This record gives sequence, C-alpha cells and structure tokens, in this order.
Amino acid sequence: MKSLVLTNAAADDPWKRRRQQSLRWLYSLGGFAATIAMTFLGLLAITFVIGRVVPIDPVLAVVGDRAPQDVYDAVRAEMGLDNPLIVQFIQYVGSVISGDLGMAVTSQRPVAEELARVFPATLEMATLGILIGVLVGVPAGVLAAARQGSWIDQVIRVLGLAGYAIPAFWLGLVGLALFYANLRWVGGPGRIDIFMEGIVPSRTGLLLIDSMLSGDWAVFRSAWSHIILPATILGFFSLAYIARMTRSFMLEQLSQEYVITARVKGAPERVVIWRHAFRPIRIQLVTVIGLSFAQLLEGSVMIETVFSWPGIGNYLTNALLNADMNSVLGATLVIGAVFIGVNKVSDLLYRILDPRAR
Amino acid sequence: MMQLSHAWLVDENPETRFQAGAGQTYRMVRALLRNPLAVVGLVIIIGLLVVAAFAPVLAPYSPIESNLGARLLAPSADHWMGTDELGRDIFSRIIHGARITLMIVLLVAVISAPVGLLVGTVAGYFGGWVDRVLMGLTDVFLSMPKLILALAFVAALGPGIENAVIAIAITTWPVYARIARAETLTFRNAEFISAIQMQGASHTRVIFKHIMPLCLSSTIVRVTLDMAGIILTAAGLGFLGLGAQPPLPEWGAMISSGRAFILDQWWVATMPGFAIVIVSLGFCLFGDGLRDVLDPRNRTR
Amino acid sequence: MSLLTIENLRVSFPGEQGAVEVVKGISFELGRERLGIVGESGSGKSMTGRSILRLIDKPGSVTADRMEFDGLDLMTLSNRRMRALRGARMSMVMQDPKFSLNPVMRIGDQIAEVLSFHSKLNARERRKRVLESLEAVRITDPERVYKLYPHEVSGGMGQRIMIAMMVILEPDLMIADEPTSALDVSVQAQVLDIMDDLVTRTGMGLIIISHDLNMVARYCDRILVMFNGEIVESCQASELANAQHPYTQGLLASMPTLDEHRDRLPVLDRTQLGGV
Repeated sequence: MKSLVLTNAAADDPWKRRRQQSLRWLYSLGGFAATIAMTFLGLLAITFVIGRVVPIDPVLAVVGDRAPQDVYDAVRAEMGLDNPLIVQFIQYVGSVISGDLGMAVTSQRPVAEELARVFPATLEMATLGILIGVLVGVPAGVLAAARQGSWIDQVIRVLGLAGYAIPAFWLGLVGLALFYANLRWVGGPGRIDIFMEGIVPSRTGLLLIDSMLSGDWAVFRSAWSHIILPATILGFFSLAYIARMTRSFMLEQLSQEYVITARVKGAPERVVIWRHAFRPIRIQLVTVIGLSFAQLLEGSVMIETVFSWPGIGNYLTNALLNADMNSVLGATLVIGAVFIGVNKVSDLLYRILDPRAR
Repeated sequence: MMQLSHAWLVDENPETRFQAGAGQTYRMVRALLRNPLAVVGLVIIIGLLVVAAFAPVLAPYSPIESNLGARLLAPSADHWMGTDELGRDIFSRIIHGARITLMIVLLVAVISAPVGLLVGTVAGYFGGWVDRVLMGLTDVFLSMPKLILALAFVAALGPGIENAVIAIAITTWPVYARIARAETLTFRNAEFISAIQMQGASHTRVIFKHIMPLCLSSTIVRVTLDMAGIILTAAGLGFLGLGAQPPLPEWGAMISSGRAFILDQWWVATMPGFAIVIVSLGFCLFGDGLRDVLDPRNRTR
Repeated sequence: MSLLTIENLRVSFPGEQGAVEVVKGISFELGRERLGIVGESGSGKSMTGRSILRLIDKPGSVTADRMEFDGLDLMTLSNRRMRALRGARMSMVMQDPKFSLNPVMRIGDQIAEVLSFHSKLNARERRKRVLESLEAVRITDPERVYKLYPHEVSGGMGQRIMIAMMVILEPDLMIADEPTSALDVSVQAQVLDIMDDLVTRTGMGLIIISHDLNMVARYCDRILVMFNGEIVESCQASELANAQHPYTQGLLASMPTLDEHRDRLPVLDRTQLGGV
C-alpha cells in the first residue's frame, strides 16, 4: 500500500509538470508573437494594396494635371513609384513604422498628427461604452442563466437579437430625435456645448477627466450630457453581445458537477452562482470583453458620424467624402491596429490568467 | 410510382437514396416548423422575396419621381409612411428598396460563399504548406475589422452598389473558408475519399464533387446567420454615401437623406430603419433555427 | 429510530412524449449502516441519491409519500434549512474528481468553504481543520496539497480530497455515487478503504451507489438492487448468493470468478425481465 502511494506521487509530481508546462507556455508565446507580427503585416499589405488600386493618381495629386511629362516623371521617381511593388511595400512598411502616414490632402498636415489629435475623443466614448456594456451586460447575463426562462432571460434574448438586427447609425438618429430633440434629456451632437469649447486645458485629451482635473463642473456636466447618449448606444451593442455570451458560459458552468458539489456542501445560491459558476468564466469573459471593445471601436465610426463626434471615426468618414486617401488609409491602419491589438492582448490575458493553461 | 406519405418519409429503412434524402429533408422541415421563432424568420424572408418580386404592383407611387407639392408630409392614409424631402412616398421607396437589399445580400452570398468554400476545402484537402499559406491569409482577413475594411475598399474602388458588394464580399469570405476547412478535415482521411481517389479521380473532381457538397450545409447556415450583418454593413455604406447612389431607394441611403430632418420630420429617417431591422431580424431568427436543425451540437441555449 | 426513511419516492422528467419516470415509487429505510444500491446505468440509482439531497432541479420533479431524515421531513423543509443540512449532516461524494472539484479554486479553499458555510471558525482555525481532514484521508503533505489546483493532483488523490471535504463536519449520512468508477483499478481499493475507515470510525450511515456488485457486496451490510426505476431485490450482503429476482441472478451469473472454467460469460436475458 505504502509503495503504491509513492509511485503514484512520483508519476505525477506537480512541480515537474509545472516546469514542463511553463516551458511549453514560452514556446506558445513565441508562436503567438509571430502570428501578431504576421497579422500586422497583413494589415499593412491590405492598406498598401488599397492605396495601389485607387484610381486617383497620387502623382497627379501633387503636380496637378497640367504638368509637363518630364516634371511628372521626375516627381514619380522621387515618390518611389517606379520601383518594383515589393520595394515600394518595404518602403511603405518602413515609413509607417517610423510614424509617417503621409500628408492629409485637405489640411496639408501629417496624417499621424491629426489622428493623434482626434483619437482621445474616440477612446473616451468607447471606454464609457464598454463600461456600460460590462457593468450591465455581465450581471444581466449571469442572472439570465441563473433564472433560465424568467423575464430577465427573455429580455436578454431579445436584446441579443436586437444587437444583431439594429443598425447602429439608425439607433443613433432615433436616439437623437427622441432624447435630444423631444425630451431634452441629453446634449446634441458634438462633444460639448459650443460656448464651452476650449475652457479647460487639455491634459489627457479626455474631456470628462480634464474637466474634473480643472474642477470645472459646468464643463463636466456639458461633456457628460453630450457623451452619454452615443456611449450608451455603443454600450448597448456590446451589452447585448456580452450578456449573451455570459449567459451561455454560465449555463455551461451551472451544469458542471462542481456546481453540484458546491450545493452538496450547503453553499447559499449566491455563492453557488458567483463563486463557483461565475469565477471560472471570468477568464473567458476577458476575451469576450476584448472582442467586444474592438467591435465597439469599429461601431464608433458610424456613431461618431451620426453624432458629429470629433473622433477618429468621424475623421475617417470625412476623409472618405473628400477622397483624401492618405487620411483614409491612416485611419484604417490605426483602427485596424488597435482592433488587432485589443484582440491579441485579450487572447494573451486568457493564457496568463487561466491556471489550467499556465 | 411511389406515394409521398408520412410513413414513407419517416421510414427508418429507406429503400432508395432518394427516399433517404427526402425523408431527411422532411424531418428537418418539420423540426424547423416546430420552432416558432424560426417560422417568424421564414415568414419575414418570404415576405421580403414577395415584396421584391412584386414591387411595382405593390407600391402605390413611383419610388423615383418627385412631387415637390407633397414634400415632407407626415404619415397619413394617403402616404402610410409619409413623404420625403422630394415628395416621394416613403412606403413605395421602401418596397422598391427591398429589391436592392435582396440583390446586395444575394450577390455577396454568391461571391463570398464559393470563394470561402474553395479556399477552405483546398486548404483542408491538401494540408501542408498549401493549408498554412491559405489559412494564414484567411486569418489575417479574419482579424481585420470588417466595416473599416469594407469602407477602405469602397473608398479605393469608388462608391456604388457593385463596389459595395465587392467590398463586403472581400470581408465575409474568410469565415466560410474556416468552416469549410474544419469540415473538410473531419472526413479528409475517410475511407470513401480514399476509395474515390483509388478509382483514379483527380483532385479537382474529389474536391468539387465529393468534398464541397458535404461542406454545404454548415456553410449555408453560416451564410444565413451572416445575412443580417451583411444587410447592416450594406446599409451603413449606403448611409455614408458609399453604397447605392441617389435616387435609388436604398434603405441606408434613405436614412442618410432623412438625417437632415430627423429633429422635425422624424419619419423620413425612421421608417427605412424599421425595414432594415425587420429583415435583419428575419435572417437572424431563421438562421438560428436552421442551425439548431442542421447542427444540433451548437444549439443556442 | 432509523436515520433515513423513504416511502414511494418518484422522480420524473418531462420528455418528448409526456413525463418520463426514472424512479418509480421506491421505499427503503437506512440506519447507521452501509447500504449498497446497485443497478445498471439508467436504473434510477443516481437520481435516488440526488433526490435525498434535494438536488433535482427543474424541470425534474420529485414526489414521495414520506422522505424523512432523522425526523426531519425533507419534502417540506425550507431551502434555507435544507442548505444547513447539506454539507454538515448529509453529504455526497461524486463520481469523478476531475469534474466534481472546482478547477479554478485551490483545494484547501474548497474544503475550507464547508467550514465557512456551517461554522463560525476563523480563517486560522479553518485552515487547521482542513489540514487535519487531509491527513485523515492519508495525504502525507497536506500543507502542499492545500495550495494545489485540482488539475495538479491525480484521480485517486482527487477523490480522497473530495472525501475529506464531505466528511470534515462528520455528517450523519454520506452518499457515495460511483465513488471509484472513474479511478484506476490500483487506487480503487485504497479510496474505498479510507472511506470505510472513516464511516466506521464516526458511525455515519453510508449509501454506496454503484454498478459494481462485487465491490458493493464487499463494503456494504445490505444491498438494494434497482432495475428500471424500481427496487427488485433487497437483502443482506452476505445472502446475495440466494437472490430471488431474475435480474439479480443474471447479474451474479455474468460475473467472472477466479476459479471457473466457463468458455463464455452469460449475458442478461432481457426478454425474461419484461418492460424493457
């Protein structure tokens, strides 16, 4: 009997196994970095190709269409456009990495600089949106699963469908008509009332925080009344998605044996649900929330356009209308990079947080 | 002459391949009809088809001709959904818009599903470096934000329905490639595939005749589920002025033109939105039901 | 007075064609003894165990003319008082520790939880009790095991941890639902011996639910054989050889023994049993 115990213990010495696991983890981390690099390169390739297939001749944009042929050729050579495509691509990647996204045609300023200026507005709205999505969506999903078939479950189901079927820009317009024009509950388009613009110094670029730092509550209230509707609409879409995923994760957990074990131990239902069923899915939720945040950034393009929100989405659609290709590609690149980055980081967090994957 | 009876259809020991196929379809349709939400979805989709087919008959007014005397009228018995800034009947425009929506959705499906199927089955069938290259490409596209990518493509190709369709198709095929590859891998080494290969069938023949048909059902389910997303993206492009161009009665473009009047004449922008919501919902509900029937493993709970 | 009295227990679940009864009106009593419930899968033995702890969730339904535990009517007890019983006075060891232990909680914390639900011990006292309980199931280095996650221990150790968790408050009744069928043959006996030892020492009532007639006969005083939702045989373990019901006889006949020379083991002749 004694020897049996010993051999067993040696066969699966947890320390040894842990060492092997952490080694394997390192390898998978290497592969992970490689996929990220590949994905970013892919993004660059796509924007590069889009830049190439544009019917607008970038040389003409510089020299004008009445320039003589030799000037045209000289500019073309100077812009590197007579190099082979692969060389052009490498040059393109190089300039993007060094932060050069070209000049915006309309404003004649560097695209990178303009994007840096508008990005905080998007970040602010998206962050508030995801907060709403998580703070409402997660508890709602948990409750829906705990009381399957109850009214809250039905509401979650309907919301989930609505999140798939309602166009964000339309919901934005309807929201403006209802809550701004009719009920006067919220501020209208834009980030802040016009007469309050530029009052507080920009430290973080996030108006809510800047106004708090300056202690200017009138500005804060104005900014809040402007941001709350678009952020709620963005949050609604991530809420619908997060609640639906939370619910299905929870249902899976609630049917697990260890949830029964918790009940056998005499755990109150609150503990069964939050400690035993919910805790294991926190890690999965990190991925869902990351994905949702990325989608929300994408959705903000439409919402910003509807609400004239001076963020990167609005910048992108304005550039589209002006056929300002450098700006369009720059914005696409930045949104794409953040989208990919958020996704990959949440993927990475999943690997770090799960004790089973470690 | 065989008789088409319930007993013949549900026979556990079908005598012919046709009977087996018919029986399976029969059971699926019955299961689908037992799901009330799926039926609602189906009714909406059929409604869309009917409206699109008989648009000129159903629409009380012309969708294009303006009537400046009747600008921005509120919904009434004459104009159920009111009129827009050029005095056109919104109800009639929505009915005609069904054709455009249906056309966009179908074109995207017809372009992206076969592309995805081809890439996925080829990758799964050959494996090795073919698989790695094709799936690497697929994954790159999969990790891009779809709407932004479509926007950038339309920006490059120029606005218009055709380009919008192409741009959306470019962003949707990777999902089908992933599904088709996963499906292909499950039977890639099955006996029946080796049997066909030993009969001397070419790779092309194996892929097109034997592998693709087996991947069809899961692809169809996914396409149906994606329809709602495609409709929303198309409407979004229309809203930004990158899709269908005026005076075409595309729903997204109609919302866009109603935007200027949203505060006073709410119906101009609101009505086309309802059409989008209902049709997207129809595809969602039907797709969910279809998935439950065809693929019970991923049942929505 | 007996510890557990059950009369006409019925468990049913809604199915495609009306309700399906999985336990069809069984009655039995349990004292401070070891009772084995044997039957094939689907015979209703697990559902019997779970309905005693009132663990059958909707849409399942449980009815009984009488279901009493130590004088308490389990059918009418409030949920709160039922929770006070579970873990403290009645508990259950389940089949596979891989699934029945929470994968993202440290083992020690999972055991300590029982104490926090049912006692007012502080954290240090709880920890001490947990370490003692781990020792009681012959875990030699409880300090280390306390900090491990379930996926870091073997199946045999997992099941011993499960037992430690279920007996830490010395309940009056413990139900063991297939406690060894997920374990390697080499550790099955060890786990059963530990369980047997604890049961005899504390004098609790034990119900072992299993499909393994041999094992049950060895560790139990009395045996119930269930078939198709009903009790078809009830006898002392020592008198199993004289079983009357054709199902039990069939089961006994299909078991191999060391000193036999049959070319083929007989299989159950289900046509005799009817109703299946």
